[in-house]
Amino acid sequence: MTFRVLTCAIAAATGVATALFAAGHTTPEGQVVAARNAQMTLYGYHVGLLGNMAKGEVPYDADLARSTAEFLAAMAGASQDQLWVPGTEQGVVDGSRAKADIWTDPDGFAAELARFSEATQALANAAGEGLESMQGALGPVGRGCGSCHDAYRGPRN
Amino acid sequence: MRSFLKWIAVLAVVGIAVFWFVTTPERLPDTALDGITGDPVRGELVFWAGGCASCHAAPGSEGDEKLVLAGGERFPSPFGTFVAPNISPDAENGIGGFSDLDFANAVIHGTTPNGSHYYPAFPYPSYSKATLQDVADLKAYMDALPESSTPSAPHEVGFPFNIRRTLGAWKFLYGAPDWQLDPVSDEAVERGRYLVEVWGHCGECHTDRDALGGLVRAAWLEGAPDPSGEGRVPGITPAELDWSAGDIAYYLETGFTPDFDSAGGHMARVVQSLANLPPEDRAAIAAYLQALP
Repeated sequence: MTFRVLTCAIAAATGVATALFAAGHTTPEGQVVAARNAQMTLYGYHVGLLGNMAKGEVPYDADLARSTAEFLAAMAGASQDQLWVPGTEQGVVDGSRAKADIWTDPDGFAAELARFSEATQALANAAGEGLESMQGALGPVGRGCGSCHDAYRGPRN
Repeated sequence: MRSFLKWIAVLAVVGIAVFWFVTTPERLPDTALDGITGDPVRGELVFWAGGCASCHAAPGSEGDEKLVLAGGERFPSPFGTFVAPNISPDAENGIGGFSDLDFANAVIHGTTPNGSHYYPAFPYPSYSKATLQDVADLKAYMDALPESSTPSAPHEVGFPFNIRRTLGAWKFLYGAPDWQLDPVSDEAVERGRYLVEVWGHCGECHTDRDALGGLVRAAWLEGAPDPSGEGRVPGITPAELDWSAGDIAYYLETGFTPDFDSAGGHMARVVQSLANLPPEDRAAIAAYLQALP
């Protein structure tokens, strides 16, 4: 299962990378920012699948919830090093909302990433076990998004 | 000529007297809290509705550290940089020495125990319409929070804003606003109005300010430049925010927007506070926002 999730993640990442070249992000820094934003879109899409079930807008589906949460956990559990390359902060590269604090406070940022990875892993374990179980585990994931965005994401450009 | 000078002198004395009168910090009557006993359980809900920890927790606090109200967060503004003070129950460096009445005067009138003015970075104009029962409940809850001995840092505010007496004139202009939405259509909107306009102090960031730093009430909740100087705080009236009531309530609970972006900046902390309220309160906030013109 994990293998399949990782394959999907790699396929998605490859697709994203191809799209980046096609879109003409020619500078290396521009590519990093575009990849990061694409990762955030992937997070948002998958959290949305779960969130719409949690909100009651679509019926709960245990298999869909589990596979979606496993995708999130695989993505959050992988090394993010190539996405947070120095010199790609807001104001330096177009489209970036990354605060410079990411690089001046690497320990704090690493702690955010680690907490988020743990929360998504707990969600992957809980999501297929019923609606309430999924709703409960989605809370810490949302707080993980918010906590990191509070400290390390700059205002809308 | 002599009589002309005499008139100038008289006018000056009258002017100073009026200034002194207008700028005298207001206080509640000494008997204001008679018969009111604070309930710390209810006070916890007031604490989360007011978002006290969002500004007064030490920068970078996580989880239960947010209940240590040691202060230290910096708030840049066009008038200088304000530094959130220690409001933990520590007797020396926090507010442990405040009586219940001192606390109520601070929250409702922005008046310090020794009778001077707080800067309105502390959003007492919003809190001015809080019920005394809520204020007493909040005090009872905060009395039991952990103590911190971190001394409060001074504000970095230049002349003339460093003369606190002048804040009396500011309060005269902006200090005790009327209800912004009046009348209200039903109980949920009324509860929402109390949460948004009073404890939630949403207007302090989501409403633009004039040159003196007072809220532009004609543009209530229509958005404002971010006080840090970068970006904008979004408008949240129905004209600017087309989310359903369910979307708004879910956002205030989880931080997720309808397209599952997540709240950032100070709003992430606001959500962390509001998530502790009962669901009816978040629904009431949504009902209020949708009832705005």
